[in-house]
Order: sequence, then structure tokens, then C-alpha cells
Amino acid sequence: MFERGGKALLLMGCPEVPVQTSLALYLCSRLRRDGWEVLVAGTGAALKLLEVADPERHYLSETMNLDDCIAKTVEGEMTFDICFVFMHNDAGVTYGATIRSISSARIYALIYGRGADELAEIIDFDCETIAAKAVHNPAPLKARLDKVMGWAA
Amino acid sequence: MGCIEALKPEVLLARISFKEAREYIESHAPEVHHVQPGFKLFGEYLIGVPPLAIGIENDNILFPFTKPCYGTFVLRLKDGAEVERFRSAMSAEMKRSLKGRGPKR
Repeated sequence: MFERGGKALLLMGCPEVPVQTSLALYLCSRLRRDGWEVLVAGTGAALKLLEVADPERHYLSETMNLDDCIAKTVEGEMTFDICFVFMHNDAGVTYGATIRSISSARIYALIYGRGADELAEIIDFDCETIAAKAVHNPAPLKARLDKVMGWAA
Repeated sequence: MGCIEALKPEVLLARISFKEAREYIESHAPEVHHVQPGFKLFGEYLIGVPPLAIGIENDNILFPFTKPCYGTFVLRLKDGAEVERFRSAMSAEMKRSLKGRGPKR
């Protein structure tokens, strides 16, 4: 069973694959329910998709630009206990490796998209990988996430 | 990393993987150094899969630059002062590393 509480960071990249927004809102909801303080960092478009989908902020709380998040973490102004990095391309893996290098948080690599299996194979840094060939349907990735986090019914 | 784009660097390679960017810099730059993600260059923190290769070619710096939606680019930017600052940082890092390996007293 996964522990409760602490600070969680969701790191979102390019939102071109639909499941990213869905899984991010799900994670916000699930982590908040377990007492986590959740910060979402992402590209401008990734954050806009979340903000439009959750105008009254039922799920979403604090948000931050991706580059500001990296800068504040390097400078030691920001710390977190766990981080979920969304990855569907090489750039996502690059951001994941960066977070691994600049933070001591526990890292979860959420890998999705048509090339999820190939992408999972190139990850050689310390993290928990959660991978599924999910593009439009978030259910396979959610099922794997629930299993790893101990949220499965 | 908007600041680096504003400096109008030359794009040597575009939309490649981070590994390809590292290999290109290592094989094309006459002087190559390796740094960790979060190293500051041109006032910005670098993103990357360690180790990040940084190339020096006269007054130019060759470095990887990753954009979430477009992949990694290899950029070349002419800035003699930044080359000197970078070399000083590398020299200081090497001294720290050698000092750490010295005999314990």
C-alpha cells in the first residue's frame, strides 16, 4: 500500500496524446484524496487543457510553467516527495532524466502512446515505470497506475 | 528556455533524440565537456539525459536543447564570454574532483 501525504509533482509534456490530460486530472483527484499536496508543472498548452476542464478547481490546485519548475528545483527553492513524469516521446524521457538528476524524489515514469514499449526500453535512470500503449483510451494506463500505487479495487 | 531562443542560435540539427544530439556534439566539436542536467548555460538550466555533451569550437558553444513538443535540437551560439565562463566552471569542477580524490589526513 502506498503511503499518504507529502508533496507530489506532476510533470506534463506536450499534450498531443489525449490520455495525458485525463490521467493528470485523475492523479490530482486520487492524490488529493490521499492527503497529498499536488503541484502540476507543464507546457502552456498542457496546463490550459487542465484549467479549461476543471474551471472550479475541483481537482487541480497549484500549477507552474515547466521551465520555472526545473529552475526552482535546481535552485533548491522547491522540493517534492514523489513525481509523476508523463512521457510519450524522447523529450519526455529527457525531462524525466533531468528530474531524476536534480531531485531525490521517488520518480514514476508514466509512459503511453503508440511507442510506449520502445520508449520504456530506453529509460535507464532510477524510476518506477508504468507503461501502456494508450492513446485515446486512458483505461489501460490507469489500470497499471492503480496496480502500482495500490489503488486497484 | 525562452531566453536561449531569443539569442537566435544556429540550428545544426532539429527534432532528434537526446542520444543523437550527444553523439553529434561528441563527434563534431573539437573540444567536448560533459555536465549534469541543471547546469547553467546562457543563464538557463539545461535539460537532458546525463551526461550532457557541450562542445566548444572557437568562440562558439554547441549544446543540446530540448522542447517538449519538438524533441531535441543541437544549437550553436557564438559568445566568447560564455565560452570563458564555461571553461572556468569546468576547470573549477575538475579541481574539486581532484581534491576529493586526495589522500585522507
